[in-house]
Amino acid sequence: MKLRFSRKTLCIPYAVFLLFFVIVPMAVILVYAFTDRNMHFSFGNFIKFFSDPTKLSTIVYSIVIALITTVVCLLIAYPVAYILARSKMKKKHVILMLFVVPMWINFVLRVNAIRELFNWIGLLGQANYFNTVFGMVYDFLPFMILPLYTTLMKIDPSLYEASYDLGGNGFTAFTRVTLPLSVPGIVSGVTMVFLPSMTNYVVSDMLGNSMVTIIGKFIYEYFGSDWHMGSMVALVLLVVVFVSTLLTGGFKSEENVRGANL
Amino acid sequence: MAEHIIELQDVTKYFGDNLVIDHVSFYVNKGEFITFLGPSGCGKTTTLRMIAGFDLPTSGKILLNGEDISRLPPNKRPVNTVFQRYALFPHLNIFENIAFGLKCKRVENTYRNKDGKEYTKRERLSKKEIAEKVKKALALVDLEGFEKRSVATLSGGQQQRVAIARAIVNEPEILLLDEPLGALDLKMRKEMQLELKEMHRRLGITFIYVTHDQEEALTMSDTIVVMSDGVVQQIGTPQGIYNEPANTFVADFIGESNIFNGTVVGKHKVKFCGKMFDCVDDFGEGEPADVVVRPEDIQMTSPDKGTLKGEVISVVFKGIHYEITVQVGKYEVVVQSTESRAVGETIGLNVAPDGIHLMKPKYTTNVFDGVINKANKVEFAGGEFDCDVTQLYPGSHLDEEDYLITATGEKLDLTGTEVKVEVGLYDIEISDDEDAGGTTGHIISIIYKGDHYRVIVRTGDSDEDEDFVFATEDLWNENDYVSVIIPREKIKLTLKNTEEKKR
Repeated sequence: MKLRFSRKTLCIPYAVFLLFFVIVPMAVILVYAFTDRNMHFSFGNFIKFFSDPTKLSTIVYSIVIALITTVVCLLIAYPVAYILARSKMKKKHVILMLFVVPMWINFVLRVNAIRELFNWIGLLGQANYFNTVFGMVYDFLPFMILPLYTTLMKIDPSLYEASYDLGGNGFTAFTRVTLPLSVPGIVSGVTMVFLPSMTNYVVSDMLGNSMVTIIGKFIYEYFGSDWHMGSMVALVLLVVVFVSTLLTGGFKSEENVRGANL
Repeated sequence: MAEHIIELQDVTKYFGDNLVIDHVSFYVNKGEFITFLGPSGCGKTTTLRMIAGFDLPTSGKILLNGEDISRLPPNKRPVNTVFQRYALFPHLNIFENIAFGLKCKRVENTYRNKDGKEYTKRERLSKKEIAEKVKKALALVDLEGFEKRSVATLSGGQQQRVAIARAIVNEPEILLLDEPLGALDLKMRKEMQLELKEMHRRLGITFIYVTHDQEEALTMSDTIVVMSDGVVQQIGTPQGIYNEPANTFVADFIGESNIFNGTVVGKHKVKFCGKMFDCVDDFGEGEPADVVVRPEDIQMTSPDKGTLKGEVISVVFKGIHYEITVQVGKYEVVVQSTESRAVGETIGLNVAPDGIHLMKPKYTTNVFDGVINKANKVEFAGGEFDCDVTQLYPGSHLDEEDYLITATGEKLDLTGTEVKVEVGLYDIEISDDEDAGGTTGHIISIIYKGDHYRVIVRTGDSDEDEDFVFATEDLWNENDYVSVIIPREKIKLTLKNTEEKKR
């Protein structure tokens, strides 16, 4: 018998994957979040979550830490990406590579190394929030640099020349050409840094000396004892992620929003 | 006398070690339409970019209305550019694109305060003024009502118009156009050529235009600057350049031409293709000359009435004329005529005296600086060649150890001797076998001269390149990588300094 694969049959593996690893787990989370221990429908977890000040403050802390991390990453990454993209240096990909190479080393090992470093200089346990943000920035910086670099590289250099030609100075060229045209890269970088830094509790645990609790840690802990509350926290996080993606325009299907091209 | 709005004084530009503009000087009259014409890589765009301010000259001066602007940044120059690929801002709509320059602009307004004192303030243009100017500019390029459209929705021709509007809305003294029509199709290009010419007439400002299309240059320009290899070859009106090309490069580049090697045989008499012709140019008798005859300046007659007689070998219909190639002896002559002839027919050809243009040949022989090496070979142009070193000393010969024994019996070691190397135009061959010759290089120019091609091969790196000029009957392509072969007996050596190295 001749085997024939139509496009439809080729889709089946992905459909199965989507069903069992995306849709079913989501449904399970949804069910668990709105049921009690006897699997009866209940808003109990919902009410408990939003009436518990520690949980709410954890959410706020998570968002604040993620925001600070994102802003610091952006402030560091933009000049780096800009200088690299504009320079005529022949070996600039080597420098770019140096920023990316740490990603090749195991993440836990890197965080541990920073922890030892902080311990050595006596910062560990002294400035938990600073340490956490430091570790997050260190970890997520490449995810900000790469999409920015790619978008900045794509800007036609004659646009800068056009801007000078029309009487603009360096400042105009930046604010009216470079910045607007690099927005897709910014959005993509922000998305790739903001979301993980809200949930990456390995960093906060190890560098924050277990004194910094972010939302990811919560979920981890609840799933050890109370799956229902854990699911509710996960659901709340999902909504936060959804809203922030919506705000940064990550759902636009336009090609230019996907500035990362990694 | 017309005012010189732009003047280049001895401008040279290097990119790294690469010489792209080689001591160029010329001026542009106020209000004229001037075109820089040349093949790609000739330096025309670099010249334009230096006037715009994007590139700075390595040496020399650029004067605008008599003031040195060589070091002025682009935003301080009263010139605007229409870029090759338009360079419209993709994130802005048409209105914002055109208004970009106006929003950067500051004007000095004079006011009177309460005490009646006058004072000036540098201010932005008001929104209303900007909107009015943009509207006017759009009307000028026939794009009324396009303000809100995005750049991506426009066709190539429309983007072109927006680019022009964006430049002229700033009311520059000079509009620079860098091959602006290159991306358009033929019909569109012809239309835009006429429109640009009309726009130039209406605006009355100076247009500096860059193109590699000779027809475009002839159609639009008041003045054409023909460039090649970073050097200005000729400056003149379209008619002047077409009718009186200064050298074979210009003749070959502008329009079709027949180029022959000729010899001046008397007052207003020149011999080429084996026949004598009357001409109007006056050269010294016996001097070699490059002869240029435009295909449309050749008349076809019956075989017995023509100065030249030949057989038609091809006829191509070109729309308004036929292009007829005639084999005259060993020469090929191209004729343009509204009449057709049959292939194989024998016809006569005549050229009127004013259809013959004589030019001093640029190349008569190749001269290089060389050094004799240990093996008694001569090194020059990045390679080494077998040669007869005994010609340096009359009556000398080489002994079995390769020392030179002069006529008086003196024993010389020639290693390191500096010599002048001369090689004739007909004594060089090239081969695509890289190891066949003494040195290798790329073909940078090929010009057909009726019965042979004049080829220039450039050897060595950009820093110290040497050109070989020679004649060949074989057709090669520009940029072919070839090796240069010179027969041992054709290399003529003379001592550079009389100080001999004695052993």
